[in-house]
Amino acid sequence: MELTSRETWAVIHGLVLGALFLLAFGGALAGLWSFRPGLITTKGVQERITRLQVGFGAMAAIAWATVITGSWIVYPWYRAKLAGAKFDKCVGLELPSSVCSPRDFLLANVQGETAAWHDFGMEWKEHVAWAAPLLATSAFLLVLYYGPRIMGRPWLRTAIIVMLVGAFAAAAAAGVFGAFINKVAPIS
Amino acid sequence: MNQDADISPEIAPLHLSDKPDGPGAAMMISAGFGVFVLGFLTILAEASAGANTWLATWQWGQGVGALAGKTTIASLLYFASLALLWAIWRNKNVDLKRAFYIGLGLGVLGAIGTFPTFFQMFAA
Repeated sequence: MELTSRETWAVIHGLVLGALFLLAFGGALAGLWSFRPGLITTKGVQERITRLQVGFGAMAAIAWATVITGSWIVYPWYRAKLAGAKFDKCVGLELPSSVCSPRDFLLANVQGETAAWHDFGMEWKEHVAWAAPLLATSAFLLVLYYGPRIMGRPWLRTAIIVMLVGAFAAAAAAGVFGAFINKVAPIS
Repeated sequence: MNQDADISPEIAPLHLSDKPDGPGAAMMISAGFGVFVLGFLTILAEASAGANTWLATWQWGQGVGALAGKTTIASLLYFASLALLWAIWRNKNVDLKRAFYIGLGLGVLGAIGTFPTFFQMFAA
């Protein structure tokens, strides 16, 4: 079993970084949701806020790493225009190749109606994904700045949760379309 | 005495001082502003071939296309607005709820701008 350099980067982008961000969301949401009066002790507050600050910081860093590797390393391989204006070099192919990039392959419709995966799926994914690091960074800074004070401010906690959920929604939309597109037209 | 300790006695022993809400408001508004810029540039690139070409100059030969300009500018303006608002409001108490709703409104508009069915209506 062997992965090419391109497949390895696609795995790092989607399966490692992307999946890590989506998994970390559950822990961050649970930790912040129960960070309220009456549920934990003073000692617990200190332990919890440190964990939240480290966790939110890691999520923000992972979100940036995910979109940067996706847009600047993997995406150029996806979008390369190799097959000509009418995608002639994609005819007869079952998968993208060195003369037919994944984008060319999807737009050529040589394996069914696949153009919508690019026109809608990839077009949305490549843009909306970048909302995740912006929202995650601000959510992290809010947790860092207010610290234990968040516990006494239910409205602030809710606002941070909304931002966290927004970051997750953007990452999830990008992740789901990324997985499907890589299934139909893999980068190899 | 921190005002929040009145609501949450668990944090009273930590003897936390009150912090101004200005920086918090900056964090909320800048996030929404960054997403708004992302959506706006996505529509602009679709509506104007010239803008699309200019945004593609940000790719530095990496083959990213106009996406490079849209996302780099949105990220830079996010950090710039964060730094600017933080500096202006660092010692001020700004209405945090209002800041959140401004950020939320900007963010929703930006998210709509990144939706293909919407931005493709502006295709030149």
